[in-house]
Order: sequence, then C-alpha cells, then structure tokens
Amino acid sequence: MKSTLFNMTAVLLGITLVASAGVGVVNMITVEPIAAAEQAAKTEALTRVLPQFDTTETVTKTIDEMQITVYTASQSGQAVGYAVETMSKNGFGGPISLMVGFTPEGEVINVNVLKQTETPGLGTKMADEGNPLLNSVKGHKLTEKKLVNGMLAVTKDGGDVDALTAATISSRAYVDAINRAWMAYKSVVDGIAPSAVSGATKQVPANEPETQKGGKNE
Amino acid sequence: MNKLQIILSGILKNNPTFVLVLGMCPTLGTTTSAANGMGMGLATMAVLIMSNLVISLVKNIIPDKVRIPAFIVIIASFVTIIQMLMQAFVPALYASLGVFIPLIVVNCIILGRAEAFASKNGAFDSILDGIGIGLGFTASLTVIGAVREILGSGAIFGVSLGSADYMPLVFVLAPGGFLTLGYLMVLFNKLAKK
Repeated sequence: MKSTLFNMTAVLLGITLVASAGVGVVNMITVEPIAAAEQAAKTEALTRVLPQFDTTETVTKTIDEMQITVYTASQSGQAVGYAVETMSKNGFGGPISLMVGFTPEGEVINVNVLKQTETPGLGTKMADEGNPLLNSVKGHKLTEKKLVNGMLAVTKDGGDVDALTAATISSRAYVDAINRAWMAYKSVVDGIAPSAVSGATKQVPANEPETQKGGKNE
Repeated sequence: MNKLQIILSGILKNNPTFVLVLGMCPTLGTTTSAANGMGMGLATMAVLIMSNLVISLVKNIIPDKVRIPAFIVIIASFVTIIQMLMQAFVPALYASLGVFIPLIVVNCIILGRAEAFASKNGAFDSILDGIGIGLGFTASLTVIGAVREILGSGAIFGVSLGSADYMPLVFVLAPGGFLTLGYLMVLFNKLAKK
C-alpha cells in the first residue's frame, strides 16, 4: 500500500490503540490471579523454610538500603522459627532474592531461592536441591561456621561455604544475602540494630561493629 | 505450495536456526539445557503463530513505510499478553521461563516471518508457516540444548547420566554454545543436501 503522511499516522495510531486496549484488557483479567499466585508462592516459600506454624508476624528491616522482611512464625503463641526474605544486589545477572529459615536457636532450617536471573546451568544451580551452597549452611548454626570478619564467606574468600563450580560471583551473592538475613534475624531476636553487610569480606575489621564478633563467634 | 510443504519447509528447507540462521541471540542464550531450549522454542512458536495470523489479516491496510513499526507493536503486544497469561495461570512454567519471554520480542525470526511470509500470504498459510517455523525452531533448540546439557552437565532434561564432575563445563558457557551450534549446522546442512 502506498504511504502518505495521513494513512501512516492513522494506521499506526489505530494499531497502537488496539494493541494497548488488548494489553489493558488482559491486564485487568490477570491482575488478580497474578497477585493470588504471588501470594501463594510466598506462603509456599514460607512453609518450605519453616516448621509447622499457625501465625506469622512481619517486621521489615532496612539493611544496606535494602528491605529485608522477617516473618516470625508461631505455633500456639510460641515462636517456632524465623523466615527472612532477603536479597543481594551482587548477583551475576541482577539482584537475587532468598527466603532463609532459622530456628529460634539460630540454626538454618532451609534456604529457598525466590528470584534469580543467574547464568542458566551455572549460577541457577543455587536453586537446586542439595547444591553445595545450601549444604554448607543447611542445618548449621552460622555462628559455628568459619567466619571472615564475623560474616559467612565462600572458601575462596577464606570462609568455609563451598561455592558453585564456575559461579563464584553468584555464590558470593548468595552468601551476601544469607549474611543480610542473619543480621535481620539477629536484630529481631536480640533486639540489636542491624548493621551493614556490603563488602564485609573485604572490609578491615575496624569497620565492623564489635557486637557481631567476639561473643557471637567463639 | 501445498499445505504440508509449508510446515515441512519450516522444519527442513527453511529451518530458522540451521539454514536461515535467525534468532541466534536467544538460541545461544537459552540452550544451556534441553528443557530450556524446548521452552523457549514453544513460547516462540505460540507468539509466531498469533503474530503471523494477525499480520496476514491486516497486511492490506498497513502502509509500506510503517510496516516494521506496525509489526513490532503487534508482536510486542502478543508477547506481553502471553507473558501476563502465563504469570497468572501457569506460574510454575512462568517461573522457569520468565527471563526468556521478553526476549521473544527481539527474536528476528518472528519479524522475519512477518516480513517474508505473513505479509504476502493468506491467514491459513501464515498459521501453517508459524507452526512449521515454530517446530523447526523448537526442534533445533532442543537438540542444541540436549547436546550442551549432555556434554556440559552430564544430564539430559535434568536427569543426571552419572557424575557431572568430569564433564567439560565449557559447553554450558557461551563458547561451547558457539561450538555446538557450528558443528550441528555443518551436520544439518550436510544431511539436508543429500
């Protein structure tokens, strides 16, 4: 068809109008199911990292300018575990987001990867069952791990968390997110103010608040 | 051209990956495992069939000079709609394919078929072309993904074939993707010529 200014403008306007109306209608239909699916995914994520519970209480902490949410799970009024929705911006393919479950004694129950965009086949293994990262923390008290400046670290950085093969950056991000979860967990359980985690493996000890070392790490 | 030939040509003579060499970016990016390759192929096929159909219906009212922007708007709308529908009704599938879905917009196979086929043929033939090219793309990606997964991670469709420790990891990475693609392309064209 021959192009004139009028028919080009009219056709493009028409197509974009129809297209945006179509997308808008589908959005109206799907907005509720999407929200419901996300809510279900969150509940599912909580049950995967916590023992049986009937109520949860939500507290949000800000650590390194990131919102970390702590869900305190209780069974008949007794705290049975803490699930921390944590994140790290240091992923290889963007931010990663984890759900970490702690017992009231500080043992890691389980870790569930909520969101990641790591390299398929390499960093994405962080979400697999029984991967080395998960095995390094699951069922362990973090205070009993080999800590670097009071923080968990991969073996390459002097800690004892086994990294994923050929995915050190993703592994560091995973550990970074768990450290942040740990800080948030401690601040809820012990009532101390959360402190920064970023660059913990590179910082000199002087930058670290004393409360995180010493007593907690003997 | 008879109807079956349209479908077959998409799989063999006009195979998008090994013959037309279109859509290399998603091909290399998503074929780290057989399942990922297949998922990307199927999602692309769904968009391709829909966009081919609509473009073949509206081709006579689109002025030549603005046909590319018009096609892109149509394709992008379908991708967005499919993405939202998957997110709402098959969240598990969306979670595993989520990253690949937006990539479909920039997949030049879709625009290429809109230009080369749908804008010159009727609605029914365009749907068949979408199915043929879609199947060709899905099959190619699945094969590349399977080879890379077997060689790189010692598994197929996520099922381990024994220890992965001694496998050349390079096949999961980009260089291995190029190697696999190159050798499969040689093999495909050698066999297709006979």
